[in-house]
Amino acid sequence: MKITEKEVRYVAGLANLTLTDAETARLQTDLDGILEHMDRLNEVDTAGVEPMSQVLFEAGETATLRADVPVPPLGNEAALANAPQPGAGYFKVPKVIER
Amino acid sequence: MDIPSLTIDRVRKALLSREISASELAAAALRFAEAENPKTNAYLRLCPERAMAAAQRVDERIARGEDPGPLGGVPIAVKDVIVTKGVTTTCGSRLLAEYIPPYDATAIIRIEEAGGVILGKTNCDEFAMGSSNENSAFGPVRNPVAPDRVPGGSSGGSAAVVAQGTAVVSLGSDTGGSIRQPASFCGVVGVTPTYGRVSRYGLTAFASSLDHIGPFARSVKDAAVVLRVISGRDVRDSTSAEAPVPDYSANLTRDVKGLKLGMPVEYLKHLTSETGDLIARGVGQLKSLGCEVREISLPATDYAIACYYIIATAEASSNLARYDGVRYTFRSPAGDTLSDMYRNTRGEGFGAECKRRIMLGTYVLSAGYYDAYYLKAQKVRTLIARDFAKAFQEVDAIVAPVSPFPAFKLGEKVDDPLAMYLSDIFTITGSLAGIPCMSVPCGNTAEGLPVGMQILTKHFDETTMFRIADAFENVQRKE
Repeated sequence: MKITEKEVRYVAGLANLTLTDAETARLQTDLDGILEHMDRLNEVDTAGVEPMSQVLFEAGETATLRADVPVPPLGNEAALANAPQPGAGYFKVPKVIER
Repeated sequence: MDIPSLTIDRVRKALLSREISASELAAAALRFAEAENPKTNAYLRLCPERAMAAAQRVDERIARGEDPGPLGGVPIAVKDVIVTKGVTTTCGSRLLAEYIPPYDATAIIRIEEAGGVILGKTNCDEFAMGSSNENSAFGPVRNPVAPDRVPGGSSGGSAAVVAQGTAVVSLGSDTGGSIRQPASFCGVVGVTPTYGRVSRYGLTAFASSLDHIGPFARSVKDAAVVLRVISGRDVRDSTSAEAPVPDYSANLTRDVKGLKLGMPVEYLKHLTSETGDLIARGVGQLKSLGCEVREISLPATDYAIACYYIIATAEASSNLARYDGVRYTFRSPAGDTLSDMYRNTRGEGFGAECKRRIMLGTYVLSAGYYDAYYLKAQKVRTLIARDFAKAFQEVDAIVAPVSPFPAFKLGEKVDDPLAMYLSDIFTITGSLAGIPCMSVPCGNTAEGLPVGMQILTKHFDETTMFRIADAFENVQRKE
């Protein structure tokens, strides 16, 4: 077995996901099968191979940089327009620090 | 005007000859889309106010004697993962059911500057994760060609509206095949350009090293016109390329004589017989046009699915972390602490496939597994890209299937996520390499289901890809 139910619950914690018991069981089965398939990568010899984290072009480095000039920001009102709970120009969230 | 048969050229001629105004055409197209949409559920919503305002601007240009623009008056649909200012953009997710973006994606701005009339937003798999459009929180899309079948995914709605005729062209997004596979299933043209060709500013991020925006159309020429409009450097997307953008549609010479095409031998074993026969027939037609076809080898193909689903889910788990109940409309009322709020919002908001991918991505990035999965996959990605680079030293383009089989029945594959992932084998390889690839119709099965052929070229050589596709389309139409 590649992944246990306990590990599924641990990863769900890392991912900030509440899962029902049924979802946890289902995910354990699904992830187990998928991870099993992924193990085939171990067959590949990647000694000395550089990891590819981005599609690379033969462009100069500056091609990816824009001029460092200020542009008008979105603005407070527009930025908060989709907030479930805006307040006094901020995003409100449940209390973080206990007295 | 017969809306389902419109082309960009036809719209242009009709506007310039004053046969119809852009406003009249937009109104007619909106009425038609509204009437036809219940058959497919391809549009999630129309945006008549925005469409009529855009059409009016085109009419004003024409009245002033100006050019209406390369997309002047053309009715266009946009996948609901591309943000539209003031028009709800859900990404097919319950989490964003009420989300009204405060800005436009660069591709949207370019479409409207070119005179395009955006009619509405199309259905898709939640956050573009899926191969059947069955992962939408707003119900699946039906394939216009066969209503008991899926349109493909994740850009199922954008493929369906073009096939159905409720838009002339549309925009989709492609991370591992999400434009090409639905184009193949619905019998339309779908293009994934070179990575970096089109700005992704305003495309809701799924897997940033793989995400693309690209067009759907009923002809290669129309797809080429749309791609040119949306291509080019954008300072708002640092991955967008400085490379000059050719006039693709001006290069559709139909002359493909002497072009060298490669067929990957590794792909053949994954094909069902009927799809294989159609692809073989298509390759025969390309030979008769004077193309030289030879077998090539892409040895890392067998590792592509594992490689892709590690990289894509890892990036997705990071990109989707932002949906935490703080900024984007939906927040679970359950729980008293900040941590509970995050967890319950995400647990209630995301659908099953998104959860599966977030979990997989979090797992492969977690302590102890990063090197074994994520880093290993990135190295295998290098090998896959090298396979293509090597092949393109020998050939001008690669021809391949898009999907191992044609459109399947709704519900047929929902219970087996791995089987669904494995069906992406032919599209994922090109995505990992970041090369341009497209699907062009290649005939129908005995049951009348469309099959697409994929054409892939080297980075930034969309011109050759379109030229082959256009010549091929011309032969297909004569048959």
